[in-house]
Amino acid sequence: MVAHLLRLKLTLLRNGLRRSPWQLVGLAFGGLYALFIVGMCVVLLVLLRQQDPGLAQTVVVLGGSAALLGWGIVPVIASAVDMTLDPARFTTSAVPMPQLLAGLALGGLIGLPGLATSIVALATVVTFSRGVLPAAGALVGAVLGVLTCVVFCRVVTTATSSLAASRRFRDVSGIAFMVPLVLLGPITAGIFQGMAGSGAFLSDLAGRISWTPLGAAWSLGGDLEAGRPGTAGLKLLIAAATLAGLSWCWKLLLERALVTPPYSGSSRRKGGRLGLFSLLPATPAGAVTARALTYWFRDPRYSGSLVVIPLLPVVLAFQGSQTNDYGVLMITGPLTAFLLAWSISGDVSYDNTAFALHVAAGVRGVHDRLGRALACLAFALPTVLILAVVPFFIMADWAWWPSILGMSVGVLLTGLGLSSVVSARYTIAVPLPGDSPFKKPPGNVGQTLAVQFGGMGVLLVLVLPEAGLVLAQVLTGDPLFGWINLALGPVLGTALFIVGVRLGGRWLDARGPELLAQVTVNR
Amino acid sequence: MSTPLIALSIRGLAKRFGTKIAVDGISLDVPAGSFFGIVGPNGAGKTTTLSMATGLLRPDFGTAVVHGVDVWAQPLQAKKLMGILPDGVRLFDRLSGEQLVTYAGLLRGMDRDVVAARVGELLAALDLSQDAGTLVVDYSAGMTKKIALASALIHAPKILVLDEPFESVDPVSAANIRDILDRYVATGGTVIVSSHVMDLVQRMCDHVAVIAGGRILAAGTVDQVRAGATLEERFVQLVGGRSQTEGLEWLRTS
Repeated sequence: MVAHLLRLKLTLLRNGLRRSPWQLVGLAFGGLYALFIVGMCVVLLVLLRQQDPGLAQTVVVLGGSAALLGWGIVPVIASAVDMTLDPARFTTSAVPMPQLLAGLALGGLIGLPGLATSIVALATVVTFSRGVLPAAGALVGAVLGVLTCVVFCRVVTTATSSLAASRRFRDVSGIAFMVPLVLLGPITAGIFQGMAGSGAFLSDLAGRISWTPLGAAWSLGGDLEAGRPGTAGLKLLIAAATLAGLSWCWKLLLERALVTPPYSGSSRRKGGRLGLFSLLPATPAGAVTARALTYWFRDPRYSGSLVVIPLLPVVLAFQGSQTNDYGVLMITGPLTAFLLAWSISGDVSYDNTAFALHVAAGVRGVHDRLGRALACLAFALPTVLILAVVPFFIMADWAWWPSILGMSVGVLLTGLGLSSVVSARYTIAVPLPGDSPFKKPPGNVGQTLAVQFGGMGVLLVLVLPEAGLVLAQVLTGDPLFGWINLALGPVLGTALFIVGVRLGGRWLDARGPELLAQVTVNR
Repeated sequence: MSTPLIALSIRGLAKRFGTKIAVDGISLDVPAGSFFGIVGPNGAGKTTTLSMATGLLRPDFGTAVVHGVDVWAQPLQAKKLMGILPDGVRLFDRLSGEQLVTYAGLLRGMDRDVVAARVGELLAALDLSQDAGTLVVDYSAGMTKKIALASALIHAPKILVLDEPFESVDPVSAANIRDILDRYVATGGTVIVSSHVMDLVQRMCDHVAVIAGGRILAAGTVDQVRAGATLEERFVQLVGGRSQTEGLEWLRTS
């Protein structure tokens, strides 16, 4: 039966590759990348054999613990875990539980992450091949460690699979994933600085972790090498107990999962809370504004892009702290204005076929456009004003503020006007309603790129006056150009905003049903 | 009355998707105050026809006129007269049920107080009051259908076009919906429903049209079309395609 499950896994993998050559290319690239990483790790571990045993112990324990943590965490946030052997699919085939467990655990080793972890873990045997006992210890540790990785991953995914079926969890985890992604640069730099600070810190850490379930298995070889068989025995007990405990948890969870399919429950709520609909004017445009604003906060596809905005100044400030020149902070305002304004250029694509309600209700195009643009403007204008001015407090140099402020407001209003035109005519490929913001969207990638880059090109042309004034101030140093920009940006922006909403509205009136047909293709 | 008032008049509607002709010249008159059923096998062109008649999909040829207003020449006026429940489209499902129906009302330029009163009554009639504040994305399939129906009714249209309104709706709710529609027709409204369920159409509708392959095979009052047989028998006769149930001998358990 175990052999059956393994063969099934291999067949699934092979058929998956047969489905499209691109799958094969993807696997090849993934394989090359993994091969590179694995190669580096193996070389490192072999070289460590000649080094101080304490150092080898530190590296192996910390690396092993990190791998174990990774196996537990990555599947949850990326929800990319390979579910080809999803236990729920075996409910009807009545496979005996012990064999199902063994088959699924070994099946987890097939595939890139499993293979890579196994090879690197076995390379630790070479590191400690300074005697028979340490090598044997390392081998036992490696086997225990890899099995613990796989079982831990299964425990986490089985435990969260019913959780992951709930909409709220998916919404929040999708957005939460965004934060570390954007801050990746500053975070890694911080860690390296901390490590440069003290060398003993890491070996202390490794020593402590080796007594926990995380690192016990990986420390067996090192402890035997250092002549501490008693310690090694205790840690072997810890590691074995960890694996046994996790397996037992997994068995319990699996037994429960097999008889209770994932249930996406949610509490019933009585009405009476109309939210923004009772605050904004009871007109078609007001209703569209209320709906769009509600979506900015409730739909992770929209709110995901909002999370990036406060992180933007942080990243730029970090950049500035590296070079001690905070001038780069000045672009925060215009950049935020551009990102927010451009974010509604795919608004109808985000609606998907729900847009049918607008067509069926006979909403006039200009009301539709105005409502969406005002919703974005409602929070974008204060945000941009703040982000355009705050950098000058930090820099304590106020020479540029009129110019930057005028440019930011100009870019925001112009961008909203242009977005209103673009989304009335062109659809782009975006994640479907209810999908994760990271999911690869269905649809025509070529058209999406053409619309996005074409639109940005037009926007660049439209904000040339503001950009020209900034350039003039750079060249002449005359602050007068800045003051002109402060007046010109809002005036020109407002004019283009009105033109954009009107033109977009007219196009929508003429081609509403065609636009609906376009989004229907990707439902 | 010698010539009954016509609520919806379709003339020569046709639509082609690529090489496939989905609707091949359909003409139909729906009398005002009638309960009109449209039946047909999967892929017959029911949804395409109704989409073209309601202004959601531009026809390649033909016209659709609602109470004297051309749907494609004066779309805004025509859409005021119609309440539409399209099949297979999403809703703005990050709104609560109550918010969605309110949104549908406000989009049509209705007064806030009128909308609020009607939303309360509609949700109560469709047994959704307990879930009025729940997001539509968390609704079951049947509840989603009902909230979409409420959005189509909010502006008291003169003609209702419902595409598969009873799909995945529980029997109690379906009976409630039928009562609402019966009362609506009794007070002079016109209802057009498409359905797969022949029994339902035979019991509920007074007129019926059978569509297959993008054409009308039969149309008229239910009694005219079924001609003595049940509607289901007549439908199978008209559309054809029943496979002989031979073989599968091993499936017998005795």
